[in-house]
Amino acid sequence: MLSIKNLHASIEGKEILKGINLEVKAGEVHAIMGPNGSGKSTLASVLAGREDYTVDSGEVVFQSKDLLDMGADVRAKEGVFLAFQYPIEIPGVTTTNFMKTAINKVREHRGLEPLDAVSFLKLMKEKMKLVEIDQSLLSRSLNEGFSGGEKKRNEIFQMAMLEPTLAILDETDSGLDIDALRIVANGVNTLKNPDNATIVVTHYQRLLDYIVPDFVHVLYDGKIVKSGGKDLAKELEKRGYDWIKEEADVA
Amino acid sequence: MSKLTKEQVDHFFIDQFQSFENKLNGESKKPLHQLRKAAITAFKENGLPAAKNEEYKYTNIAKAFAKHLNVEALSDNNFALSSDEAAKYFIPELDAVRLVFVNGMLNKELSDLENLPEGLQIQPIKTAQDDFQDDFARHFNTHKIEGSDSFSDLNTAFTDGGVFIKISKSAVIEKPIACYYFTDAKEADVISQPRNLVIAEKNSQTSMVESYITIGEYASFTNAVTEIVVEDDSIFNYYKYQDESEKAIHVGATLVHQLGKSVFNSGTFSFNGAMIRNNLSIAVHSEHSETNMIGLYFLDYSTHVDNHTVVDHRVPNCESNETYKGVLDGKSRGVFNGKIFVRQPAQKTNAFQSNRNILMSDGSEMDTKPQLEIWADDVKCSHGCTVGQLDKDQLFYLKARGLDEKTAKSMLLNAFASDVVNPIKIEALKKLIESKIIERL
Repeated sequence: MLSIKNLHASIEGKEILKGINLEVKAGEVHAIMGPNGSGKSTLASVLAGREDYTVDSGEVVFQSKDLLDMGADVRAKEGVFLAFQYPIEIPGVTTTNFMKTAINKVREHRGLEPLDAVSFLKLMKEKMKLVEIDQSLLSRSLNEGFSGGEKKRNEIFQMAMLEPTLAILDETDSGLDIDALRIVANGVNTLKNPDNATIVVTHYQRLLDYIVPDFVHVLYDGKIVKSGGKDLAKELEKRGYDWIKEEADVA
Repeated sequence: MSKLTKEQVDHFFIDQFQSFENKLNGESKKPLHQLRKAAITAFKENGLPAAKNEEYKYTNIAKAFAKHLNVEALSDNNFALSSDEAAKYFIPELDAVRLVFVNGMLNKELSDLENLPEGLQIQPIKTAQDDFQDDFARHFNTHKIEGSDSFSDLNTAFTDGGVFIKISKSAVIEKPIACYYFTDAKEADVISQPRNLVIAEKNSQTSMVESYITIGEYASFTNAVTEIVVEDDSIFNYYKYQDESEKAIHVGATLVHQLGKSVFNSGTFSFNGAMIRNNLSIAVHSEHSETNMIGLYFLDYSTHVDNHTVVDHRVPNCESNETYKGVLDGKSRGVFNGKIFVRQPAQKTNAFQSNRNILMSDGSEMDTKPQLEIWADDVKCSHGCTVGQLDKDQLFYLKARGLDEKTAKSMLLNAFASDVVNPIKIEALKKLIESKIIERL
């Protein structure tokens, strides 16, 4: 589904990603872990199409198409979803109105009729339950005055609405208490199916107790320096990242 | 056509007054004419604001006037506007008491002067000086107010075809009063100077909208004054909508006097014109009054819009809120100057002001200046102004959910404008402004 080959990316002339290689197949969950500043969030942003970053070399193929050639909106329409680490507040735009526009843009791209008001509301009600989010929250300005947990649940709610093929969760666990974490993880797990894939970017192992990964990759200094199964996450939790750094620096 | 200097423009108006006066028959002894003469005397002394005048620093009307208007060949003001043509410019779906002015003169045929709602009286200003002698004597051009300047004098001197509107005590006028000011610039350049006086008596409720329209390719200069007296316990909603031609110069003063426990809500919405200067001045004369001012200028091309507002808190325990927002594209230019006076007796005043702007192009410019002058010591006042661009992070967030650039920008600009559009109390006007914003995007 997703194939990243030797991806180099920089911001304001500073190289952050220094040759990423990653293969993600349908039905898989990949966790990307690593110390602060290793490039985890940059990778998520580059995949979603944030224009602040420059891709210097490498290729990213998503469902046989050149992902890097697409604008952020086209990537979303093609099925890429980024759950933001810091969801943006947009005063004056309600989540409901925003989602209605977004869903219909995505449907239009896929050659589907726009959802009418009734079907939209029905879909919304169903997905609201999934992340235990309240209607009143969705009628308010997008993320404005939301608590950290509410913002993250709103991200997963949007993900549920848009049903992406590839979901990238950028430190969705940061700032979440354990109850909110369970709700968010439950939402993600429910949305999982054999045709989609998830990349979970996280610093800690705790989220991976709830969203169990098939593969764990450790990112350090812009490269994936170690890959393994879910046990690798447990080992990282126990031993920290220093031994990885040492190994990598020696290599 | 040679360009006139400011002094020549001043002289042009003074000469014009002479011929205007000669055409007036049997008015020389009337109170209105005494006021006209006093006003032209005042105008002679000062003339139009000079380039160095701080209040007109960014907005040189005399220069724009000289640039656009050919005073040798002005329209004779005899334009006949058909009702079909006028109807094209009315605010869609607005059920209103309609007043139509053509080149500053009330057009009775196109106006609703018969069967007015109970409690509403409307008369040409010239007859009101007789029929409403006391009101006229008490309120027409009698109250001093900050922000009134030589343009107001000029308007007073040429007062002719405006109206007097009176809302009786405790009357609730359900239909808004809609004033449409047509400028006919089809065959020649034109000058119009509408002048209205509105008195909302105690405990009354009124909504009023003034809309300015230019028809034709020639240049125009409008110098309008609307005086409004809002008596105790009244609620008055006032809106101004400006969508004029690229050769239209507009100076408009709305001079408001608020008495006790009254509420005055105003909204100023500017989209097109060559140069627009709005002077909104509100003097708060008695306690427990509330003043809310919103404004939106959504500009493109070379449109220049200057909003000067004044709230003069003269008494304690009043509140004023002001939010003006601007979106500027092309080579447009915006100016905002918001003065708030809190006089020494005006303790416990709450006054808030904000002016936020988004520049959409490199060629656009915004000059903003909050100006608070506070003599009282127990007050809450705040102000803030920003000039920036669309937020890149917000734009990316929307795009990351599948919204293309245009849709995302449009959503953000609508959201930006929403807090000055949502409070509009006339639904049809709100719809018109929303559609105007979408059209712009």
